[in-house]
Amino acid sequence: MTRRHLLSAADLTRADAEEILTTAASMHDIQHREVKKLPTLRGRTVINLFFEDSTRTRTSFELAGKWMSADTINISAKGSSASKGESLRDTVLTVDAMSVDAFIIRHSASGACHQVAGWVDASVINAGDGTHEHPTQALLDAYTMQQRIGSLEGRHIAIVGDLTHSRVFRSNLILLRTLGARLTVVAPPTLLPSGIGAWSARDGFTVSSDLDAVLSGDDVPDAVMMLRVQKERMSGGYFPTAREYAVGYGMTAARYRALSAANPDVAILHPGPMNRGLEISPEAADSPHSVILDQVSAGVAVRMAVLYHLLAADTTEVAV
Amino acid sequence: MTARLLVRGASILGGGRADLLVEDGVVTQVGSVSSGDGVEVLDADGLVALPGFVDLHTHLREPGREDAETVASGSAAAAAGGYAAVLAMANTSPVTDTAEAAERVLDLGRACGLVDVQPVGAVSKGLAGEELAELGLMARSRASVRVFSDDGKCVQDARLMRRALEYVRAFGGVVSQHSQDTRLADGNACCHEGEISGRYGLPGWPSVAEEVVVARDVMLARHTGSRVHVAHVSTPGAVEVIRWAKAQGIAVTAEVTPHHLALTTDLVSGYDPVYKVNPPLRPEEFTLVLREALADGTIDAVATDHAPHALNDKQHAFVDAAFGMLGLETAFAVVHNLMVATGQMSMERLAEVMSVAPARIAGLSKRHGRPIAVGEPATFALVDPSARWTVDREASASLSRNNPWHGRSYAGRVVATLLRGRVTARDGVVVSAGE
Repeated sequence: MTRRHLLSAADLTRADAEEILTTAASMHDIQHREVKKLPTLRGRTVINLFFEDSTRTRTSFELAGKWMSADTINISAKGSSASKGESLRDTVLTVDAMSVDAFIIRHSASGACHQVAGWVDASVINAGDGTHEHPTQALLDAYTMQQRIGSLEGRHIAIVGDLTHSRVFRSNLILLRTLGARLTVVAPPTLLPSGIGAWSARDGFTVSSDLDAVLSGDDVPDAVMMLRVQKERMSGGYFPTAREYAVGYGMTAARYRALSAANPDVAILHPGPMNRGLEISPEAADSPHSVILDQVSAGVAVRMAVLYHLLAADTTEVAV
Repeated sequence: MTARLLVRGASILGGGRADLLVEDGVVTQVGSVSSGDGVEVLDADGLVALPGFVDLHTHLREPGREDAETVASGSAAAAAGGYAAVLAMANTSPVTDTAEAAERVLDLGRACGLVDVQPVGAVSKGLAGEELAELGLMARSRASVRVFSDDGKCVQDARLMRRALEYVRAFGGVVSQHSQDTRLADGNACCHEGEISGRYGLPGWPSVAEEVVVARDVMLARHTGSRVHVAHVSTPGAVEVIRWAKAQGIAVTAEVTPHHLALTTDLVSGYDPVYKVNPPLRPEEFTLVLREALADGTIDAVATDHAPHALNDKQHAFVDAAFGMLGLETAFAVVHNLMVATGQMSMERLAEVMSVAPARIAGLSKRHGRPIAVGEPATFALVDPSARWTVDREASASLSRNNPWHGRSYAGRVVATLLRGRVTARDGVVVSAGE
């Protein structure tokens, strides 16, 4: 693999993605050791540059760097924006001038990581840019699903929720299709991204606003990913009330029972943090079908694998 | 002493060739003219003489953002692009919402003398969309303001729009509307709402946000019997409404920008803010409809919406960067290449949409958009339709570099611009008054 950046799930060929997922499995084993340190990235500097709040993504990137012996520094640049003080460009150029090896960037603006990649010498890893992409989340979701249901080739995966504003959805759509899965995406029409008709026709996936129809019938999904509904969407008039959303598009207890009866091997995912009772019921979230905590656990391993492939693969053997 | 200039061998509006003798800024002979003593000769062999262009929509940024553009630098860019008059939008700082502010812009323009800088007055005080600005005092001022616009913002309030339309009728004014329903496309909206905005996660700017305002405004124009002008039309729906309104006899005119004719939404997929503009670049099929509407007369004029921005206002994440792109120096080449070289439009029609119609809409017809004939002001753009050139943003007279045309090649170039007999630009370089 020769990629310097991971900006989009579309940067990954199937071979790239499979290589990362295989490496992630090795890394995952390390997590269960008493001493979790690898020397792989010794002497490398990795900057977590987060312009938006994040606990799990930032922590998991930080641990990934540390367990591989990189010098990892967190910079919380929340509030930095065009309107307040230093520009994005100046912020990253300032840090880049200190000869860092990689930036892990989260920013509220779609495309911010693409722009940064054009300005700096370091590798750039997209840790979430606006409503655009979050490729490492998609990798850890794919990893988690593979662990639970096996190869994704030909498997049916449903993604349900606020698709319009979801970077998790966009990266998963791309990556899961790269890995051979069949996708159905479900949302009320107000939360379907614009142009999804043409998009789905071009790329080959299914769009629905009828969750019950998707979860039943002849082609019950092998995995169902429930997306977080952000509170501000309610005031935005995208749907009338939380109650109505839960009834129409939530993984309610009743829906969970029907789904798990129709497919006893189904995996239920959620990228977190969950709104219990809104997009997912406790019955589903805490069920044996839920892999939500496995997703969190996989996060560190997958991010170690990504760092390895971007920063170390050309120069060192992975010592696991 | 009489200043005499002989423009030799130009094709008049792409038709027959003639020599043009210019004395004291006025055309005095057309035909075969022999040069005499003391006559300066401008060899126009192979060139087409068009009436000097008039831009209905220019942002000159002065006063307030002289780091991005000044009246002088914008005038230079205009002259280089074949323009003889520009309408300077009111969204400066302070806003052009008083007679004094309008006269100041007028005077700055006169001091440079490269193009006629005609101020546009704000519709509402401070562009706030709440109270009418002093429309009448601006109209009565030395600047004789006739075009009013809150451009950059849309007059959202239907009652305010109605009153503005009614009020300006007293002095033959027109309201130029930036059509954007901000409930449907708010300040973050920066990408045509469609497959690209969906895929790339950019806030969508739906066509309907333009169309509902255009539809409302033509009905207000019908109700008030006043003139309304639709700035930078960008959607087929807006074109349909305008076509319908014209068929009803409603006094509506419309302009389209070179970038909405030529550039498409997919350019924003690289997140380069140079392609961020308001209204946004639209899909290919929209550009085809706009070209057709320009050719068939539904759209009256080409206007640049020349919007210079300092580098530091563009070097941001796409959603945070400023809206707008340069256009004055490239407009002729883009329109010629796209519409005339392809046979979709004649050179006469280009003269109509870039000079005659905008002059008429702006109330400048006494001085601009005139025929090329004896007794008329010698205000021309001399263009070479076959010259191929590549746009270089560094070669621009503008102070800004937000130039989406950089690196693109075109057939058709402005060779010289004349304003009342004086050569204001040659080969893209301004000729200052002393030379």
